[in-house]
Amino acid sequence: MFRYIVRRLLQMVLTFFGATFIVYALMFAVQDDPIQALVGERPITASQRAALTERYHLGDNFFAQYWYYMKGLLTGDFGTSMTNRKVADMLADAWPVTLRLSLMAIVIAATIAILAGVVSAIRRGSIFDNATLVVTLIVLAMPIVVIAPLAQLVFGIKLGWFPVTAGKDASLWQLLLPAGVLASLVVATELRVTRASVAENLRADYVRTARAKGLTGARVIGVHVLRNSLIPVITLIGVDLGALMSGAIVTEKVFNIPGVGFNLFRGIRTEDGPLVVGFVSVLVIVFLVVNLIVDLLYAALDPRIRYE
Amino acid sequence: MTDISVGLDPRATLLHVDDLHVEFRTRDGVAKAVNGASFYLNPGETLAILGESGCGKSVTAQAVMGILDSPPGHVTGGRVLYRGVDLLQLAEKDRRQFRANRIAMIFQDALSALNPVYTVGFQLAELFRKHRGMSRAAAKVKAIELLDQVRIPAAKERINDYPHQFSGGMRQRVMIAMALALDPEVLIADEPTTALDVTVQAQIMGLLAELQHQRNMGLILITHDMGVVADVADRISVMYAGKIVEEAPVYDIYARPAHPYTKALLESIPRLDHKGRELNVIRGLPPSLTDIPQGCAFHPRCGYARDICRMDQEPPAYQIAAHRIARCHFIREVLGV
Repeated sequence: MFRYIVRRLLQMVLTFFGATFIVYALMFAVQDDPIQALVGERPITASQRAALTERYHLGDNFFAQYWYYMKGLLTGDFGTSMTNRKVADMLADAWPVTLRLSLMAIVIAATIAILAGVVSAIRRGSIFDNATLVVTLIVLAMPIVVIAPLAQLVFGIKLGWFPVTAGKDASLWQLLLPAGVLASLVVATELRVTRASVAENLRADYVRTARAKGLTGARVIGVHVLRNSLIPVITLIGVDLGALMSGAIVTEKVFNIPGVGFNLFRGIRTEDGPLVVGFVSVLVIVFLVVNLIVDLLYAALDPRIRYE
Repeated sequence: MTDISVGLDPRATLLHVDDLHVEFRTRDGVAKAVNGASFYLNPGETLAILGESGCGKSVTAQAVMGILDSPPGHVTGGRVLYRGVDLLQLAEKDRRQFRANRIAMIFQDALSALNPVYTVGFQLAELFRKHRGMSRAAAKVKAIELLDQVRIPAAKERINDYPHQFSGGMRQRVMIAMALALDPEVLIADEPTTALDVTVQAQIMGLLAELQHQRNMGLILITHDMGVVADVADRISVMYAGKIVEEAPVYDIYARPAHPYTKALLESIPRLDHKGRELNVIRGLPPSLTDIPQGCAFHPRCGYARDICRMDQEPPAYQIAAHRIARCHFIREVLGV
């Protein structure tokens, strides 16, 4: 177990460097004129331009720039955004917001997916089962760029059930609608996987044994079937974190939540290399760590799995 | 918890299955898995239900236990009398009290029949906790006792192991321990040794026989293995297409089968003194349960079949001797009298 974790951590180092390199290269490739993007429509003097070029090493070649950047990163310096703010400070501001939002989304998605998935697996072919199938297909078919503004328009503006935007220091209530939108990204697949997994386990021999033991239906499902069925669902929830992060870019923009996605969106638009790479680097680490935790959880849920 | 002994008649037959009908309603049609199966079981007695795959023997057992997958499975007729009480008429919550408490069951493949994600200790203790209301600690002590009884070495340590950490034979012992936990009066063993190798088979059958004797428990042994049956059964019911076609004490059936199907089964057993000769087989296949032949279901495969066998009316159950029944128009011919 310990050796497995060490090996995974070492693999993570490689993945981390690979990912940051690619992101850095991509930012470098799309950079047209970051200084003009920074100042917007206003004219800029040659001396100002020279000073900024010097400051952000824009005159150097790609590898030199990457070298400067990684040197900073490894010493804990995320660098300075083109907006002249420390990227580390921006991360510290943005992450708690996004963390709250995505945790809410995970909880909402998992609750709906598992409850509805179990019920529709038990009542296969029922009206409820077919209705969830139709709803999940619709949700799956709608991209987040449609769902987010649509939800804002319908539930926020027309019906007025939820706050329209969240903003900084948003309350849980304000975050509920954006979290719901984010959850819709992953709830459909989680529900289908839960349903398939429960349906498969309901046919398993050990369920027959549990019933032959005279256990109540609730215990057979809740204790015997559920534990087995949730193993693939838990894995999926871990993988879904990536989808949530990319979904957060649009959702946070639409609902004006100054989180990771919001900053990334702005960074990409303003060609703010240090900001984008800094944020993505942390995203990569979070993603890798969550995946490791999910794999370890997998072993905890299924005793047949042992890591050497 | 309701008292399940209410209404039970201690003088009535331990288990009497009467004219049981089970069908599976699927998209491809209605499969008639059990078509009027009847048998009885007394305390301390071993009844073997013998038949080919798909003849309805496992379905019968599941219907008696009340654990049919429903839908698609439906009990469409008959009675399952336990000490005079018809289990089929009970509400699910009362019926549940009979499972494990009065009638227990062990299955063919213990690896898939045990839940892979819980320790065997948990799965054993669960019975005492849920049926007897015992504490976790007390239930664990009982679970260790049980593993000792089925002779699993180092029961105290093994209680925390998962099913996949046991060998095939040991796993079946765990299944037996689980079935016997609440001292049932009837044990249904559905092909308990089919998944095991021959030496282990003998051990498991020996253990079952011993525990049955200690507890004076009725045992229904479901199998297709005539070798297993000969050693342990008192009576045999031969099942074909969801019906008991012959029922007889074990000695009689081996010595003088009364039904052509039984006779054909016996002749298809490889024997040492038949060395060099071609093995007898029963020609054809068991009928599809969605399309069971009219009259006697066995007639398309039967060497004795005549026009009467193909008629609408199936042959009645002829009483041959005190405990012998066969459903064939030509019993005399088959018996050779």
